[in-house]
Amino acid sequence: MLLRTAWRRTAAAVRAAPGLRSEAPARGLRLRVVDHAPQSAVPSDTATAPEVESVLRPLYMDVQATTPLDPRVLDAMLPYLVNYYGNPHSRTHAYGWESEAAMERARQQVASLIGADPREIIFTSGATESNNIAIKELEAAIQPDTSLVSVMTVNNEIGVKQPIAEIGQICSSRRVYFHTDAAQAVGKIPLDVNDMKIDLMSISGHKIYGPKGVGAIYIRRRPRVRVEALQSGGGQERGMRSGTVPTPLVVGLGAACEVAQQEMEYDHKRISKLAERLTQKIMNSLPDVVMNGDPEHHYPGCINLSFAYVEGESLLMALKDVALSSGSACTSASLEPSYVLRAIGTDEDLAHSSIRFGIGRFTTEEEVDYTVEKCIHHVKRLREMSPLWEMVQDGIDLKSIKWTQH
Amino acid sequence: MAAAGAGRLRRAASALLLRSPRLPARELSAPARLYHKKVVDHYENPRNVGSLDKTSKNVGTGLVGAPACGDVMKLQIQVDEQGKIVDARFKTFGCGSAIASSSLATEWVKGKTVEEALTIKNTDIAKELCLPPVKLHCSMLAEDAIKAALADYRLKQEPKKGEAEKK
Repeated sequence: MLLRTAWRRTAAAVRAAPGLRSEAPARGLRLRVVDHAPQSAVPSDTATAPEVESVLRPLYMDVQATTPLDPRVLDAMLPYLVNYYGNPHSRTHAYGWESEAAMERARQQVASLIGADPREIIFTSGATESNNIAIKELEAAIQPDTSLVSVMTVNNEIGVKQPIAEIGQICSSRRVYFHTDAAQAVGKIPLDVNDMKIDLMSISGHKIYGPKGVGAIYIRRRPRVRVEALQSGGGQERGMRSGTVPTPLVVGLGAACEVAQQEMEYDHKRISKLAERLTQKIMNSLPDVVMNGDPEHHYPGCINLSFAYVEGESLLMALKDVALSSGSACTSASLEPSYVLRAIGTDEDLAHSSIRFGIGRFTTEEEVDYTVEKCIHHVKRLREMSPLWEMVQDGIDLKSIKWTQH
Repeated sequence: MAAAGAGRLRRAASALLLRSPRLPARELSAPARLYHKKVVDHYENPRNVGSLDKTSKNVGTGLVGAPACGDVMKLQIQVDEQGKIVDARFKTFGCGSAIASSSLATEWVKGKTVEEALTIKNTDIAKELCLPPVKLHCSMLAEDAIKAALADYRLKQEPKKGEAEKK
């Protein structure tokens, strides 16, 4: 009881601390965040203004790769990194009890985001580990003909939403296990594991403004889905994932899920508006731009555009003050263009011309406008340098030409 | 007591946040890290981008690569009566390294004779631009473009033969 009040007072003080707040990037200021030169060893509370302007960082438009930590999540995590450092599996003292309480609270937060029971959530190190646990279950199945369907909820490259509810319906009627990797979908679109008849779900922390290095797997209890543990040890997490649960990380994941649940509708509306603004502005100013992916069943925050006659990596080099990603071969280590674009039947030259724009919770209108303006300017410039654009302007059909190989 | 603890916590957190974007920030200005500044320079200050009249007898046009590969280079040379290359232009559909390789190629062929231009090697281009191993094929394509342009010019000089059609 005493502990609880002490904790609450400190947590309130931490939340009210101005030192923390002044560094949290204000919305709209992200356009040009100034970094500080190495500070002197003694930190000063009064030094709030940046002393030396050193390097300007690019805008961040790559939220599908990873997301920044929401300041509210950091607030929730900090006490568990600094003060409440107990092992949540320690049963004999207050440090263990308070960590365990925090872990269970986080479990409830994750569960309520997807309509699950907290007993069905197992913490892992990320969605990759969750996927591995889920797929390994196939080998542990009792009947030899039991099968598993595994589908991504929202694709990370083109943002397409799969018809999860329909697939879940089919799987449950055929008594086939249904797993979905919901890393890009959790907290962004409404998910309910019971309505959609999902048996296994992978969750990633750092895709929903939570910390890196943590995730969760949802494993249905009714009807029971049996999984085989990937790592063995002390039997933590109901024996399904041994290893001490990292309290600060799971508290962060829980806080991220709770924040996502509160902000989902607002974020979705705002991101849709920004996405509409970006695509409309670009498509109205430039000809021959193709949006990859189904326009209807699409998560708005992930926009994949192909700019014909301009290669993706050269556009990324030109847009050097915006952090973006491309489906072009030149940006992948293997020189192969994106397999996703190939799978949806995109022409190879358009696959080389694709850029993915990620719009997230902290993306501002100014950032979108800046990105659009620079993008239009550089696409025009690169088209002036492109022999394909020149040939198309001269009326030549590119498909009729026999190209050399090298 | 809780207040003092919170103050210390706040200072520690401020120090963490103020101090954390140190050296990584400098590295993070993307072009400095991912692209050599020579490569970026060819895009930001383009030279010899454009086209020459491909129907002229003195102009050789080389078109190499394929859109499906993500690399297409068009390199044109204008040769005077003495066999010296007096002008060169390029246009490229490709990554930054491809643009820089073809741009450098046009710079190098200018002022050379047709025979001298044949000696330009992709390894020289790659070395000049400090291309990483994964981008060496861009310099190879630039060398191919030079050779294709020279071959086209030579074909045009032969009597009664049509220009090397891009068939």
